[in-house]
Amino acid sequence: MTRTWQAAPSVGHPLTRVEGLDKVTGRARYAADIPLPGLVYGWVVPATIPRGRVLGLDVAATLAMPGVLAVLHQHNAPRLTDAGDATLLLFQDDRVAHRGDPVALVIADTPERAREAAERTAVDYLPEPHDAAFRADHPRLYEPDHVNPRLPTVTDKGDVEAALAGAAVVVDHEYRTPPQHNNPMEPHSGTAVWADGRLTVYDSTQHAYGMARTLTKLFGFDPGVVRVVSEHVGGGFGAKGLTRPDAVLAVMAATLVGRPVRVTMTRPQLFPLTGYRTPTAQRIRLGADRDGRLVAVEHRASSQTSRLLEFTEQSASYSRVMYAADNLRTSHRVVALDVPTPRWMRAPGEAPGSFALESAMDELAEACGVDPVELRLRNDATTEPATGEPFSSRRLAECLREGARRFGWADRDPRPAARRDGRWWRGTGMAGAHYPARAGPTVAHATAFPDGGYVVRVGAADIGTGARTVLTQLAADALEVPVGVVRLEIGDSDFGRAQVAGGSMGTASWSWPVVTACRDLAHRLASGERLPPEGLTSTYDSTEALRALGAFARYAFGAHFAEVAVDAATGEVRVPRLTGVYAVGRVVNPLTARSQLIGGMTMGLSCALLEESIMDARFGDFVNHNLADYHVATNADVGELDVAFVDDPDDELNPSGVKGLGEIGIVGVPAAIANAVWHATGVRQRELPIGPARTITSGQ
Amino acid sequence: MVRNAMPGPELSSTVRLMLNGAPQELTVDNRTTLLDLLRDRLDHTGTKKGCDHGQCGACTVLVDGRRANSCLLLAVAVDGREVTTVEGLEDDEPHPMQAAFLAHDAFQCGYCTPGQICSAIGMLDELAEGWPSAVTTGPVHPDDAEIRERMSGNLCRCAAYPNIVAAIREVAGA
Amino acid sequence: MREFAYARARDVDAAVSLVADNPGARYLGGGTNLVDLMKLGIERPELLVDVTGLPLDEVTEDGDLLRIGALVRNSDLAAHPLVRDRYPVLSQAVLNGASGQLRNVATTGGNLVQRTRCGYFTDPTKPCNKRMPGSGCPAIEGEHHNLAILGASDHCVATHPSDLAVALAALDARIDVQDLAGPHELPLEDLYRPVGDRPDLELTIRDGALITGVALPPLPPDARTTYRKVRERASYAFAIAAVAAVLVVRDGLVSDVRIALGAVASHPWRARIAERELRGGPATAAAFEAAAIAELDAARPLRDNAYKVPLVRDLVVAVLTELAR
Repeated sequence: MTRTWQAAPSVGHPLTRVEGLDKVTGRARYAADIPLPGLVYGWVVPATIPRGRVLGLDVAATLAMPGVLAVLHQHNAPRLTDAGDATLLLFQDDRVAHRGDPVALVIADTPERAREAAERTAVDYLPEPHDAAFRADHPRLYEPDHVNPRLPTVTDKGDVEAALAGAAVVVDHEYRTPPQHNNPMEPHSGTAVWADGRLTVYDSTQHAYGMARTLTKLFGFDPGVVRVVSEHVGGGFGAKGLTRPDAVLAVMAATLVGRPVRVTMTRPQLFPLTGYRTPTAQRIRLGADRDGRLVAVEHRASSQTSRLLEFTEQSASYSRVMYAADNLRTSHRVVALDVPTPRWMRAPGEAPGSFALESAMDELAEACGVDPVELRLRNDATTEPATGEPFSSRRLAECLREGARRFGWADRDPRPAARRDGRWWRGTGMAGAHYPARAGPTVAHATAFPDGGYVVRVGAADIGTGARTVLTQLAADALEVPVGVVRLEIGDSDFGRAQVAGGSMGTASWSWPVVTACRDLAHRLASGERLPPEGLTSTYDSTEALRALGAFARYAFGAHFAEVAVDAATGEVRVPRLTGVYAVGRVVNPLTARSQLIGGMTMGLSCALLEESIMDARFGDFVNHNLADYHVATNADVGELDVAFVDDPDDELNPSGVKGLGEIGIVGVPAAIANAVWHATGVRQRELPIGPARTITSGQ
Repeated sequence: MVRNAMPGPELSSTVRLMLNGAPQELTVDNRTTLLDLLRDRLDHTGTKKGCDHGQCGACTVLVDGRRANSCLLLAVAVDGREVTTVEGLEDDEPHPMQAAFLAHDAFQCGYCTPGQICSAIGMLDELAEGWPSAVTTGPVHPDDAEIRERMSGNLCRCAAYPNIVAAIREVAGA
Repeated sequence: MREFAYARARDVDAAVSLVADNPGARYLGGGTNLVDLMKLGIERPELLVDVTGLPLDEVTEDGDLLRIGALVRNSDLAAHPLVRDRYPVLSQAVLNGASGQLRNVATTGGNLVQRTRCGYFTDPTKPCNKRMPGSGCPAIEGEHHNLAILGASDHCVATHPSDLAVALAALDARIDVQDLAGPHELPLEDLYRPVGDRPDLELTIRDGALITGVALPPLPPDARTTYRKVRERASYAFAIAAVAAVLVVRDGLVSDVRIALGAVASHPWRARIAERELRGGPATAAAFEAAAIAELDAARPLRDNAYKVPLVRDLVVAVLTELAR
């Protein structure tokens, strides 16, 4: 065999995406694109009441409709075992947990016929009184045992009340964020196929391995029966991180009709069935001396969950990490309502939490007459404020200074409502940011072949992050070969245990065994081990190594700067410029890293100005459940985006030294924009989104 | 057993179209959209379904050279037309717009990308025709403001917008 | 979507004879709204009569009128040299609507008769007086932040989503229609019925009548026109307020003014009160504001759309001030 050794590493180079050509030519097959002989289609019949019981279903009438093969419902569905997520226990009883909850699935030979039959399926309900209205003072709010992802509900250090009572300056406000939906461009889709005793599920999941485990437990399959494949995923932002009804319904239906069944959700169906960011009401109390040095921070967050599952967004956890204060209390309360179940959406906790704290910091800067950047530098922490743990690295100050320099913050006039430029009021604002740098256990296999090629298999998912590309680069460097001879295979539960593509943990988690297995393989080859015709494979499982990690607080840090223009007549807000500076460990690929961060920043902009899922509590329904009425930022909303990195070496993370950058780009951006809107107009915006309805009525 | 997959004669139609230069003829349920015809009947799955209601642009194709949302076109209504999808842009090598999208990292998950690319190609033809846009104040040029406005019918939730603009600008300037 | 038969119309007479007197039949133009509504189950036609092959796709001069065929696509209308030259407000309005893809397909006639995007109308699982007369209007107590402040009733607060129609209202456009009785014409403003207690009855023309074209009378040579749309997203979104305006100022006085408002009522809202206040008076910001306030005196905002009153007021002032400059 010949091996081409390369001195120049790939890491650090802007390699274009290894699957990019497949994506720009339309050859890349997403879950709903896999052609299968005999494929039929399942269509959800959603509940049209917010709470109650299904009394009856006219199955016979539906079965008589053209092309209908079967109807799945509570009386013929396979019995399921609770896998820890009641939103997946479909058709197990007559309960309707929320509007949009599936009450049946119609399976037909064409999508047109499945849809028509589903929509004409008559369902009798017994409605029950319901409560779908979230309020910050809801009488049923309670403190849960823990908050997402198993963090403590409350932290309490020092004496916040006493410190506030003695503080020279106090800021005390409530901040509110609305429900928001992930809305990946690809709707959730699952296709189930039985063949030779195995069940293959092609799904749009961020976590093939997790889905295979969940389906195995739900249906009681023997180990090894289920294989989940997600080669290409059209975005997720958390909404595809856990198993969703599309996969469960496809498996039920394929089992019932004995043919491959595809269940692709419509855009409106995504709103009640695939998760969303909960609404929050957050009260922040800051106490400081006259120079803006914090003596007390209190962050109390309230949010909603559904009757099916307790999910508590960890919004107040943002304040556990960000700024130093001797007296620090954070707490969460949640209320279970007759609403769809909230789940992860890009930076759960940090995204809404940063809006509250970073807005309040701006109000403190105003109250103390201290520059907002300087205020944050004065309150930088040396150990994690809530726990006292050392940081593995914390380069917030470097991000703040570099961001201020790039943005041109130095000559900013702090006065609000002082810059009029024709139609527009102009202003600037900023915010800090952090996001946890975690990793989870993952297995990878690296195989060398006699033709000089290498295949690396890991159960990763590339939901647009560039994971396939950066893992190729890391593997090539570990093997000391050019990237062109390494092929990454991902998105397959058969590759073994793997961490979800979420929580900014993907690259950190997957690269650990990829790099370790590749190094081992290179060592074996270099030491003359024989390369058999079927290839030589090294496998590594990072589980043990993760247990041996030292006790450090591990976070990525960042700073965001925004320039806004607010139309004096109409209140329209535009964001001509955003700067983001990040300390995210090692940047494997500056091209895909920048893309991910501009994506996060843009979603932050979108959340600041546009996004709100409007709940009509009488119906328990998000009434703007489509992409015409739920606005996500489009091309014309986005101006100049500037992304930069500060050096952030960190030896306490993982073999690749990466922190992950999927989420930090969104954190703090809504606050930076809200702070800039105040600077432009002189009016504080403590509730999102900041559209004309708010800027007009707030008297700008 | 599955009944005949085609509805009665008055409820289905024979459609002939040129798809990426190749003639196609097939009988369709009148309800079938061009998007579903491409994806479910002709295995042209490059064209994506993001919303199915003309609200996202992921299904954009070129019909007689003009960009259109294939989800809102009934297949029966495009009888006799020429349809170009993302699969029909390559001519031995990728179309310059495809190459520019790759080089500028003008996508992340890639799901909206076929629609973005078809839209961009149609859009540059519209610019060349001198069509105005909502931001046009004088003669039209493919500057950033024009590209952003004209590409706003294609949502990208990953938000590769600045890179999309850069890719199109490069092709427009070539 | 229910199954339907499909036919292509040979000529206008044949089209009208197929659709008139057949409540299950609909004309198919660009289909950008009709197919959308069929997928939602709001429209359930038994027969679609495709009119896109009819020769109604040209913009022509007819004496001092400009005639726009009902099947002229939005893109072609906005780009047409005569439209851009004589009626820039119309070109701008069209270009502010929808997206490039949709404008390539959507037709002039179809745009005028598109349905409201009120979220209760577009969801067949909810009550709606427009869709199901007598079922109630959940919007009044529910989500209505972008619904009507003018001309609504206790039965419906929907808005008309068109940009094009707002410009046509300001241009005193006339609509050509054909039904079984033959061709006739009417002012655009008369095409839409007041909401009253029957919001399901939207148009004054007979069921099955076909809009065949639009005629625009000439503007004074010194008229200035513009269209300004406010929306939440910077593009590809329906208006939360829009103004189409035509202004002629001579010697500092308003000699002619026409103002149409979008996104405030069930149809393009011609601001006749404001126009009357302004005509013959000074072309000043103070006069514009007084006129806008007079027009909005009739506004009856709901809980969450009261912001539209100052928004429309300030928008009208900004637009007229710009035109008078």
